[in-house]
Amino acid sequence: MATQPSSDLTRRTAAQLSEALRAGEVTSVEVTQAHLDRIAAVDGAVHAFLHVSAEEALATAREVDARRAAGEELHPLAGVPIAVKDVVVTKGLPTTAGSKILEGWVPPYDATLVERLRAAGLPILGKTNMDEFAMGSSTEHSAYGTTHNPWDLDRIPGGSGGGSAAALAAYEAPLAIGTDTGGSIRQPGAVTGTVGVKPTYGGVSRYGLIALASSLDQAGPVTRTVLDSALLHEVIGGHDPRDATSLPEDLPGLVAAARAGQGGDLTGVRVGVVDELNGEGYQPGVRARFEESLELLRRAGAEVVHVSCPHFGHALAAYYLILPSEASSNLAKFDGMRFGLRVEPTEGTVTAERVMAATRGQGFGDEVKRRIILGTYALSAGYYDAYYGSAQKVRTLIQQDFAAAFEQADVLVSPTAPTTAFRLGEKLDDPLAMYLNDVATIPANLAGVPGMSVPNGLSEDGLPVGFQILAPARADDRLYRVGAALETLLEREWGGPLLNRAPELATEGTTR
Amino acid sequence: MSTISREEVARLAGLARIDLTESELTRLAGELDVIVDSVAKVSEIATEDVAATSHPLPLTNVFRADVPEEPLPVADALAGAPSAEGGRFAVPQILEED
Amino acid sequence: MSTTTPPLVDYDEAISRFDPVIGIEVHVELGTATKMFDGASTEFGAEPNTQVTPVSLGLPGALPALNGKAVESAIKIGLALNCEIAELCRFARKNYFYPDVPKNFQTSQYDEPIAFDGWIDIELDDGEVVRVEIERAHMEEDAGKNTHVGGATGRIHGAEYSLVDYNRAGIPLVEIVTRPITGVGDRAPEVARAYVQTLRDIFRALDVSEARMERGNVRADVNVSLRATPEAPLGTRTETKNVNSFRSVERAVRHEISRQAGVLDAGRTVTQETRHWHEDTGVTTAGRVKSDAEDYRYFPEPDLVPVAPSREWVEEIRATLPEMPVARRRRLQTEWGYADAEMRDVVNAGAIELIEATVAAGAAPAAARKWWMGELARTAKTEGVELADLPVTPEQIGQLQQLVDAGRVNDKLARQVLAGVLAGEGSPEEVVTARGLEVVSDDGALLAAVDEALAAQPDVVEKIRGGNQGPVGAIIGAVMKATRGQADAGRVREIVLERVQQG
Repeated sequence: MATQPSSDLTRRTAAQLSEALRAGEVTSVEVTQAHLDRIAAVDGAVHAFLHVSAEEALATAREVDARRAAGEELHPLAGVPIAVKDVVVTKGLPTTAGSKILEGWVPPYDATLVERLRAAGLPILGKTNMDEFAMGSSTEHSAYGTTHNPWDLDRIPGGSGGGSAAALAAYEAPLAIGTDTGGSIRQPGAVTGTVGVKPTYGGVSRYGLIALASSLDQAGPVTRTVLDSALLHEVIGGHDPRDATSLPEDLPGLVAAARAGQGGDLTGVRVGVVDELNGEGYQPGVRARFEESLELLRRAGAEVVHVSCPHFGHALAAYYLILPSEASSNLAKFDGMRFGLRVEPTEGTVTAERVMAATRGQGFGDEVKRRIILGTYALSAGYYDAYYGSAQKVRTLIQQDFAAAFEQADVLVSPTAPTTAFRLGEKLDDPLAMYLNDVATIPANLAGVPGMSVPNGLSEDGLPVGFQILAPARADDRLYRVGAALETLLEREWGGPLLNRAPELATEGTTR
Repeated sequence: MSTISREEVARLAGLARIDLTESELTRLAGELDVIVDSVAKVSEIATEDVAATSHPLPLTNVFRADVPEEPLPVADALAGAPSAEGGRFAVPQILEED
Repeated sequence: MSTTTPPLVDYDEAISRFDPVIGIEVHVELGTATKMFDGASTEFGAEPNTQVTPVSLGLPGALPALNGKAVESAIKIGLALNCEIAELCRFARKNYFYPDVPKNFQTSQYDEPIAFDGWIDIELDDGEVVRVEIERAHMEEDAGKNTHVGGATGRIHGAEYSLVDYNRAGIPLVEIVTRPITGVGDRAPEVARAYVQTLRDIFRALDVSEARMERGNVRADVNVSLRATPEAPLGTRTETKNVNSFRSVERAVRHEISRQAGVLDAGRTVTQETRHWHEDTGVTTAGRVKSDAEDYRYFPEPDLVPVAPSREWVEEIRATLPEMPVARRRRLQTEWGYADAEMRDVVNAGAIELIEATVAAGAAPAAARKWWMGELARTAKTEGVELADLPVTPEQIGQLQQLVDAGRVNDKLARQVLAGVLAGEGSPEEVVTARGLEVVSDDGALLAAVDEALAAQPDVVEKIRGGNQGPVGAIIGAVMKATRGQADAGRVREIVLERVQQG
């Protein structure tokens, strides 16, 4: 990239850290410690982490350093630390999914993607904050306090993966894992000026992700550069027999695609602007940056066309039926019987069913209850056809829209989110307004296609804006080529990464 | 189109096994009404001739070989349990259903 | 609401005035090495919670992975029951909260079973054949096991708490549902029993399950309803759950018919409900009332992809199917030339396989039947064991019969040889040698014994010379006694007559 390696290890990209580690210029212990120090310094204000696993991370770092010193062939990202969203199950590290109902739960097994991170030698810095069970677009629904946007601590970092995005924007980690059910990787990326990728459904194993909506969930990279996302995506992606919905095919070359894109040439690439995802309801600054980015792509040789996806207008409604329905069932297991919180009723007989109800009544937050009740309603006898059944038909129509659009374009583009980060508390009492944040990101989840958000400037309010790129299923490599090209072209204009323009965070002492 | 009454929310909460306070019941009834109104429009375009899609990508026949794997050690299985006894999970008395 | 229970109506009386309709749901645990959706072992009898993975324990983040062998077994069962095999079918989630259901939903096929629209012919004790129509056979997973602690009775009510073992959770099940079985009248209980028995035989023949009732490998839920006449619409049914032996299936149906007749005679209506079967007292009691509140919120399981058995695969499986028990029985009866009653006795004694193997070992079918249904059946009864559990193999019975056929032992000696085999003295040949049981056919030895007997009974010799052959038996008896039964009686007769004529 255009940036020079900083003397501050936390300012470097994962790709740069990888180079430095391989060159023997730094050790993983140094890199890991630098990030732990940064967490100690700024996380009091940002609150990106729910749990910091300093000792475990340093132990991994020491092991990687020893193996490297012994001349072992290591994974390129070995020794580069990473933060993991708390919805991902980590053996031996507390995992709460941002919920009180899982307070203190330490899983006895690793998610497949965590196994892959460990096998590649990435020290895990800790678990990042999120909306409870990934239900939300602001991280305000965490049972453990909200995360603050490093660009403006009074604003939301996006959600549900606000912790991972904020950790990247605050230089607390060079890499993070997110999960995206309706935009939970991409929308936080947009509002924090970071990069986030939702892979093709089935591209990254869901085994060990605490399920929100099984047919929509997908884990992916949260990084500061497109290349870093590609590097991380290749570590966690690929077939997993433990996930029946895992794609059997190998991933296309993602890192190669990103490097190709960095050349800034998009000659012959057809870029489709989704007319339904741009216009009314989108902040003027968001639309202005989007138009400017399109112009950059045109200048890079891309052919920009307009496509129509007429059923996208129903995507939000379909999503808010499918998601709560699946979630109501996925979250049934949190009942105080086998793991996690158990609450006994204060009066009356202590029976299993009353303990379950008391546990769930006290253990779940408002948004979780709201969605479970909604999902229970949508699936219940007499309503199924009208709600869940209809929503699945809308899903078919949206897939057809995508199929038609990809006949005309290699990638589709839109603003990632309609607005920049709003103020904490601003939409907390208006669920529908909150849901509208995901209007542009949701169609990809319904259709299973991959999507990426790349920072593409600041809005009139001085806050970051994201540019969304969507590709056909299994063509994740196109995201990386186009995303890296746009990033390169934008950074040439800016003279460096967008995050350089974020205000410096006040730091505390190195101990917390 | 007001469809979700307070009583309906109470019935759903029973099905979903969630104790709700009186104020939660009232608040949720109002909120769900608004949400359901806004999502109900899915039925407008979901006509007979449209097939339902339950899975985003059309895979079929994903099978696992019938080969045993290492079980979770029993101590690990029980480690997170609120209560356990003699290698089993201890749960409150089970009533009302068979 | 009345509180008194109407009296039972005598079964024959009930049948004379009501037409029973039954329906049966059979759950069979498949004999796969691993569970339906994870690699945990299914071996019986392990310590609690030692056969669980994050999947069968329903831990957060765990996902199901479908056991291909279980699918193949389900298709086998479907084909054996003459079902159509779905071209595409899915799993659904049946949502309900219960501590032995780790995810609080059961992963089960709902409106898209893997097999449907089949039938099976069953044979009653008197040889009458009844065709039972199969509505569907679908795949699902078993639940864990609760042990209730602290209550006075150990039963579910009154327990202070429960202990849950998830070893059984996730074991693959196939549930087979019949269409309503009508027109069987007073034979309804017997039909129910014979149907479950037939299924058990099929599961074993297919080698998809050990099908041991006593281990709960096969569990039956029996639906019973009554109506005034066969033309009337179906009455309200009850479902008696978890009836776990053939005899209980028959008794439970019989009891429900008597009970429902009592309810109807009292002018009341039968409540649609599940009922519990009490093995000890032979009655059913009310369980959960089926109501509208029962709302399982089924929806397609998003964590599993559809199963779409190719027609080629289905045909491959069909080609491997063994002969079904009823067909096999008919073929063997013809081959063996048994009378209907003889064959039925053989079937009821569980001796088909034993006789088949004995015949294969060289015995004639009649002889094989004579051994297993005669001497061996008596021994088994005395010992209180199953025929198959006797310490003798069909091969040994075949060898024994060959000794008889070769004239080396007579019937009486053969029974002694068998006693030796049963006593663990070795093969029939070894027992003959060790006990010195071979028939004495050496004329020299016999001559001496005959002469001795003739000399001892001169009056008898006179009578024979006088043309009366009746007393020959007395001489033969004496010779047999002297040779401890090892003489060939036919040969002895010849020698006696020769000696008398010569004298």
